Amino acid sequence: MADSVIAVRGVTKSFSGVKALKGVDLEIRPGEIHCLAGENGSGKSTLIKVISGVYTPDEGTIELNGTAHSRLAPIDAIMGGVQVIYQDFSVFPNLSVMENLALNTELASKRKLVNWRRFRRIAEEAVAQIDFKVDLDARVGTLSVADRQLVAISRALMHDAKLIIMDEPTTALTKKEVDALFRIILDLKARGISILFVSHKLEEVFEISERFTILRNGEVAATCLPEELDRRKFSYFMTGREFEDGRFTLTNRSDEPVLEATGLGLQGGFEDVTFALHGGEILGITGLLGSGRTELALTLFGAFRADAGELRIKGRPVTFHGVRDAVDAGVGYVPEDRLTEGLFLERSIGDNIVIAEIDNVAVSAGVYDDTRKRAEADRWISELRIAAHDQDNAASTLSGGNQQRIVLAKWLATRPDILILNGPTVGVDIGSKHDIHQILQQLAGEGIAVIVISDDIPEVIQNCNRILLLKAGRIVQELDPATTSEAQLAALMTSDTTGGQQ
Amino acid sequence: MIKRFLARAVRSNEFYVLLVIVALGVVIQVRSGQFFTANNLVDIANAMVVPGLFAIGAFLVIVSGGIDVSFPALASLAVYATTRVLVDTGYTGGVWLPFLLAMVLGGLLGAFNGLFIARLALPTLIITLGTASVFSGVMQGVLNSVQIPNIPPSMEAFGTATLFVARNPESGLTSNMPVSFLILVAVLALAFVLLRFTMFGRGIYAIGGDESAAARAGFKVRRIKFWLYVIVGVIAAVAGLIRTSMMGQMHPTNLLGMEMMVIAAVVLGGTAITGGTGSLTGVMLGTLLITIVQNSMILIGIPTFWQGFSLGLLIIVGTGISAVQLARSGNRLRAAV
Repeated sequence: MADSVIAVRGVTKSFSGVKALKGVDLEIRPGEIHCLAGENGSGKSTLIKVISGVYTPDEGTIELNGTAHSRLAPIDAIMGGVQVIYQDFSVFPNLSVMENLALNTELASKRKLVNWRRFRRIAEEAVAQIDFKVDLDARVGTLSVADRQLVAISRALMHDAKLIIMDEPTTALTKKEVDALFRIILDLKARGISILFVSHKLEEVFEISERFTILRNGEVAATCLPEELDRRKFSYFMTGREFEDGRFTLTNRSDEPVLEATGLGLQGGFEDVTFALHGGEILGITGLLGSGRTELALTLFGAFRADAGELRIKGRPVTFHGVRDAVDAGVGYVPEDRLTEGLFLERSIGDNIVIAEIDNVAVSAGVYDDTRKRAEADRWISELRIAAHDQDNAASTLSGGNQQRIVLAKWLATRPDILILNGPTVGVDIGSKHDIHQILQQLAGEGIAVIVISDDIPEVIQNCNRILLLKAGRIVQELDPATTSEAQLAALMTSDTTGGQQ
Repeated sequence: MIKRFLARAVRSNEFYVLLVIVALGVVIQVRSGQFFTANNLVDIANAMVVPGLFAIGAFLVIVSGGIDVSFPALASLAVYATTRVLVDTGYTGGVWLPFLLAMVLGGLLGAFNGLFIARLALPTLIITLGTASVFSGVMQGVLNSVQIPNIPPSMEAFGTATLFVARNPESGLTSNMPVSFLILVAVLALAFVLLRFTMFGRGIYAIGGDESAAARAGFKVRRIKFWLYVIVGVIAAVAGLIRTSMMGQMHPTNLLGMEMMVIAAVVLGGTAITGGTGSLTGVMLGTLLITIVQNSMILIGIPTFWQGFSLGLLIIVGTGISAVQLARSGNRLRAAV
């Protein structure tokens, strides 16, 4: 049975009674590009750790190059040619490229002393394998993300690798860098090296993967070829739920606009932005990174002060001197980077939910009512179906989708008239993404004016009734999602009509 | 070649510390005419020995991503116990035994630190704050420490042993270059070799850069941390023994409180407080700068109470610079993404 590099058979693994893997099979052939997909918590990372020898399976065997093991030590996995490239690449930012490349090899051969000439030789050999041009004396911390990844790949290849496992390899890369990465991967494949991608996004690795294994709740939901897969099926296998593409329909549009921007401008951000937003609408604002979309969102939320134009809320002109003014005027903002801007990760779920409306649960200035706070937090936990066992747990204990719901709950608790969401489903798994979309549509149905800022094309088309296309700080077009296809929008976004970015 | 060397030097932290030292030296020289005199320079070298040794230890810990505030207490306890035992037994032999005893004790106390740090995922600052209290508690409580006015003769002899005497031709003042300066040089050389040419030393840098990456690369992170604190304990004990020998008496609380100044010296020399980067050259320059501030400000007639003020200012400026650099590299990173 040496026609597979690695074959995992019937592997079960549980942690303190919870089964993370339930009889999983996975087989990877030489030179195959295989994609392991699954939502957060589906057992992907556990499976990787079993393959790389970090975890010992409770049951089942791992066949490495034709030899069956019931337990595999990390060193066995490495000797068998299994290399993992983690999402953070496991590089040392403070050390030189040369040292990063050579340390593993030297440690593997149990050297105690450092010979810098040998280090350089190993490093030169490593980069030569993928024809990677880099200054060996540069500190890795000064390299771009793509180059750091190449350092990690070169390093992995030093150990006579037969299988390279890459965790979410394309998340932080630009399109061009992804293309370069794929070229290298195809070259590795030609040399008979297998690649296992780990991902929870179909788009990321669809074009290059030859076979998919999709995990759900610790079981293999499907093993299939790319021809047999489309977005619908992929979502189904990942979540076990059928999602009908619930397009947003405008039902509760207010007669008067709640928010009007006229000729709004911000130095270095955007200029001459004019639009009106009615209650009950979901307005999509889309554009590439650097198109001014985040600056616009933050200006509407009072974090930046516009230096040109006028902003009216419910017909009254407003000037925001800070976020507090915007909140008082009924604007809520769900930030792009919820981890640093939207959540107190170490604080409890309940604290996070009530923080923006802390004055409402106060008995008197500065002292809050714990019972009222708990009731309020519980209400939002059940309303938004946040999977929290206990509102006293830290927010960091929740998954990405649930964290995003907390941020949402926090702002909904302030009862906003206008809710601005910046990248509402970035880093969120499919099931939660669907739920968040439903919540947004429901909110609009209740008459809240929603702005969704996103470069996720299916997301804006499916959830908005109007889309503003932002390019180099200007609104270049207003689109009707009902008559715009995803491909059209993608082309419009990247086309160079204004001669602006890129 | 020289151009490239200069270009590199200008970008390094050490270069700026050196500039500050030279500038400070010139200012003191102009104001007092006393800075660039043989006896003053020897005095500075003399005053550098103990803080310099401590700084090497503190540097090793900071590079590994930790911070140790227990070394003065550790050194005090190790040296107090050594001196106590030797004085009580009426020891009259060579100086090797006090050194050996202190180093063994220092190593054991360092192992106590190392055990907790390697096993517990707690900030090293918290752990060493705790062990510092334990160490000084044991010394002052269990050992009931008092000043020991007479130390073993060999220690006293070592403390006054002189390499050469520098004389200021004008004032006629003389200063002795202590033999212990050689110990500083030797420890510095050993630390350099350890960091540069052993996998253990590279492991210290690797752990300071990214601990989980170090573990994945195959470094035995726990073992490295444990032995690191043992080594630091030994170095601290040596420093403590030298201080006691030079003073000619064991003063149990003499060293306590030095940790801030030593850590400041390390950080001033360009060592990132977040771990992973820094050089021994920088550490020595930082120590030199602080020693000059402490020793020589008196030469230009600045009252001693300003010392604390200027030291504090130096620390803020020194750490401020590295914080700005960190923020800048962070920006560059984001731009690259």
